[in-house]
Amino acid sequence: MAIVTLGKKACAVNPLKMSQPIGGALAFMGLRGAMPLLHGSQGCTSFGLVLFVRHFKEAIPLQTTAMSEVATVLGGYDNVEQAILNIHKRTNPEIIGICSTGVTETKGDDVEGYIRQIRKAHPHLADLPLVYVSTPDFKDAFQDGWEKTVARLVEVLVETPRSAARRDPKRVNLLPGCHLTPGDIEELRTIFDDFGLEASILPDLGGSLDGHIPAEFTPTTIGGIGVEEVATMGQSAWTIAVGAQMRRAAEALEQKAGVPFRLFERLCGLAANDDFIQFLSEISGRPVPLKYRRQRGQLVDAMLDAHFHIGGRKLAIGAEPDLLFDLSSMLHDMGAHVEVAVTTTQSPVLARVEAAEVLIGDLEDLERRAKDRGCDLLVTHSHGRQAAGRLRIPFYRTGMPMFDRLGAGHQLQVGYRGTRDTIFTIANLIIADHEAHHEATPDTWRPKAEGGTPAMH
Amino acid sequence: MASVSATIQDVFNEPGCGKNANKSEAERKKGCTKQLQPGGAAGGCAFDGAKIALQPLTDVAHLIHGPIACEGNSWDNRGAKSSGSTIWRTGFTTDINETDVVFGGEKRLYKAIREIIEKYDPPAVFVYQTCVPAMIGDDINAVCKAAKEKFGKPVIPVNSPGFVGPKNLGNKLAGEALLEHVIGTEEPEYTTPYDLNIIGEYNLAGELWQIKPLFDELGIRIFASISGDGRYKEVAYSHRAKAAMMVCSKAMINVARKMEERYGIPFFEGSFYGIEDSSESLREIARLLIARGAPADLMARTEAVIAREEAKAYAAIETYKPRFKGKKVLLITGGVKSWSVVAALQEAGLELVGTSVKKSTKEDKERIKELMGQDAHMIEDMTPREMYKMLKDAKADIMLSGGRSQFIALKAAMPWLDINQERHHAYMGYVGMVKLVAEIDKALYNPVWAQVRKAAPWDLPGETWQAKAMAQMDAEAAALAADPAAAEAARRAKKICHCKSVDLGTIEDAVRAQTLTDVAGVRSQTGASGGCGACSERIADVLAAAHVPAAPILQAAE
Repeated sequence: MAIVTLGKKACAVNPLKMSQPIGGALAFMGLRGAMPLLHGSQGCTSFGLVLFVRHFKEAIPLQTTAMSEVATVLGGYDNVEQAILNIHKRTNPEIIGICSTGVTETKGDDVEGYIRQIRKAHPHLADLPLVYVSTPDFKDAFQDGWEKTVARLVEVLVETPRSAARRDPKRVNLLPGCHLTPGDIEELRTIFDDFGLEASILPDLGGSLDGHIPAEFTPTTIGGIGVEEVATMGQSAWTIAVGAQMRRAAEALEQKAGVPFRLFERLCGLAANDDFIQFLSEISGRPVPLKYRRQRGQLVDAMLDAHFHIGGRKLAIGAEPDLLFDLSSMLHDMGAHVEVAVTTTQSPVLARVEAAEVLIGDLEDLERRAKDRGCDLLVTHSHGRQAAGRLRIPFYRTGMPMFDRLGAGHQLQVGYRGTRDTIFTIANLIIADHEAHHEATPDTWRPKAEGGTPAMH
Repeated sequence: MASVSATIQDVFNEPGCGKNANKSEAERKKGCTKQLQPGGAAGGCAFDGAKIALQPLTDVAHLIHGPIACEGNSWDNRGAKSSGSTIWRTGFTTDINETDVVFGGEKRLYKAIREIIEKYDPPAVFVYQTCVPAMIGDDINAVCKAAKEKFGKPVIPVNSPGFVGPKNLGNKLAGEALLEHVIGTEEPEYTTPYDLNIIGEYNLAGELWQIKPLFDELGIRIFASISGDGRYKEVAYSHRAKAAMMVCSKAMINVARKMEERYGIPFFEGSFYGIEDSSESLREIARLLIARGAPADLMARTEAVIAREEAKAYAAIETYKPRFKGKKVLLITGGVKSWSVVAALQEAGLELVGTSVKKSTKEDKERIKELMGQDAHMIEDMTPREMYKMLKDAKADIMLSGGRSQFIALKAAMPWLDINQERHHAYMGYVGMVKLVAEIDKALYNPVWAQVRKAAPWDLPGETWQAKAMAQMDAEAAALAADPAAAEAARRAKKICHCKSVDLGTIEDAVRAQTLTDVAGVRSQTGASGGCGACSERIADVLAAAHVPAAPILQAAE
């Protein structure tokens, strides 16, 4: 049970954190025909764009209100209006999602007010959903931007059904946290299918950023959930939220449409998936399909095979709260010790991480502590590559951004199968590291002049 | 100490800039204050540009003063390489929070500088201003000055917050920071007659090292590199160099020109992309150094190296010529590479079907025209759809471009090669050119293309997404062909000026009605070219077409 501490440095070194407007923008990318728009200077958008392009290896829709210095001081009404009109004219989107940035929040632009004015001035935009989320860069982190945006989408787009009795027992809502990859979402969609459940997934990155070849080239998103489907999510029998960050959206949905929800804080690990699969069996009224009984067996077998390698490892992990909680718990369950845990922002799950302390800090903190405590397994996003090189310990990449390896969008960590493969991948990294750096030599156990024996894994 | 706006005005007056030369006094004052189009803009901000230009200085701690977005979303993502220190790849940021926004971030910035010096002890700290602290009035110049005095170490303010303009303005503001605070502040241990500054080269993928062995062989010393694989000290004493080469077209022209003005260091603008360009640059370097006192035999030695390297490179490329026969390349890039790569590819026997000149200045375009003859088919602002159709119509066998457009080519199942910032291969000099040719060959002849283009067995002919997309575009084209009025409307709707959103029809009407003869006239009547001015070329073409009655429509449509 961890104590959560806040770093005291004036200078963040090697940031772990990314900003919340781009977390919000990514959430909008899980809608079909969407154009996310950052209300800020053009750099705010271009940095986010490059980051997503390098992570997903896909063309990314993301626009800017292109605030100049003068516009920033005078207020951004004209820029927001022009941006919406231009995007409408040029790309004909089904929805425009607007996130504020540090620049426009410092000035205090009232974007909700702007939108009302724009609606009045341009009646031809009446049918175009414009969803605004306040996401200043100088507060919170990427995961918070996603959390706020999904909750806002529910508040604005979901319709309250006329009669609760007409709820469709075969329909469920899935609200995935931003730590789920398009591959994770595809896996969950398959699992729902296998239980005869029809899932509305908000946001559905599995439909938009899974790397498929589109039938047509559009400058907006090329898949994802449609606005009209979001509107009917109030008719579903259940909402399944994945990651504590999705509680807010699930509660909003319950409040608005009376859909009960079940929150799964973890979907990586044996017990977590037992709960999940059991729950699906209950709400669908179907026995657990043979496929998942077999997959469970495979996971158990993988845990048995891999515990030799993962057991006793000293883990240093840096990730956003929900991913940190899920993965560190799974590795703890495999016998690893969570020595160092660094995250980006506050969350109720942090206190339950299986470590003495969770630090809200950066990758310099992660690296220094990992070194001091002799950690021998590093888990974080691609920016951990420099630290891994210096520490010379096995490095498992997870989370965003992952720009120096392929297949980030398809990395699978949920379900029995995802857990099984994650365990194998990490164990194999440990085995390869052992072969490269720690094979026994005649001097391995020979006492050194100053005494002490070198570590042997 | 000059204010940011004064510095920007100074940069706008840059006489070395080709774009500026075409502008009136009043326009120059307005500078490149191009009004970016909300909802239609792309590209980085001035802060991005400043960081791109300076971050390759490898032993400097680059500290970004701002909220997490500015550094957290973008750090360690450049392809520059270092032969020594790695501190330049460390992400430092004040990551300012709400309290800082309310009470000011200067104290945090000062503490951050102290922490960096205590922990990492770099020879210098560069502090980059961003939008939010600029808005709340954080005075980074004062903080840097105080920190410098307190810690006895250079702390350099880089005043280029994102909202003052685009990336290329940031490049120049970065240069101004070096001129004001770094260059000329230290003295070298010794000098030689062979001391050369290289300006505007970032050592992407380590490509500077493709040239360096030739310099070493000739005894030419890279005195200071601004900034690829550069060191702080080198830049500080770079005013003692004998000559300079400016590599990346216009990015740091202000640095090269002002160093000539202040310290009498002659410079030339050259390129190491392509065989001929490499040879020309080596000759020019030798000529400048000899003029500044290097022994005259340097030229003969240079010619010998050129002859040897050219022979080796041409022999290596020769083997590809039969494989490249009839192969067409679509080149989408900006700036300097437009013209220097064109020459290089033609050397290998490839045919070019178009080259984008979005970022190029007038001179660059003239060079392309010279290289490609009157048939130069310049493609400005091609839409992804048009680009796809062009590739699909097999007018091109491979596309060379920057990272952004790669997915259009790849999704269209077309060979593609990255020639921009993020690429992994080095293409400079003689060895680099051979490498580029080899990479093109590898991409063209990869067996993967045949497989990915094949439809799934269950797809009916004409039912594939490719066929549908093509059919749709053909139908649109046919509809236009059948309806001259619609075709004419489409032709007239073509945007000429993107800043002020002025289409071809409006300009043609104005030219006809007012019998306009020059760009200035068009500007005063329609507003076109009143923004960044990049479309003056296109307007000149419209004017030319209007005054050649023979085939005005055809030319304009081109």
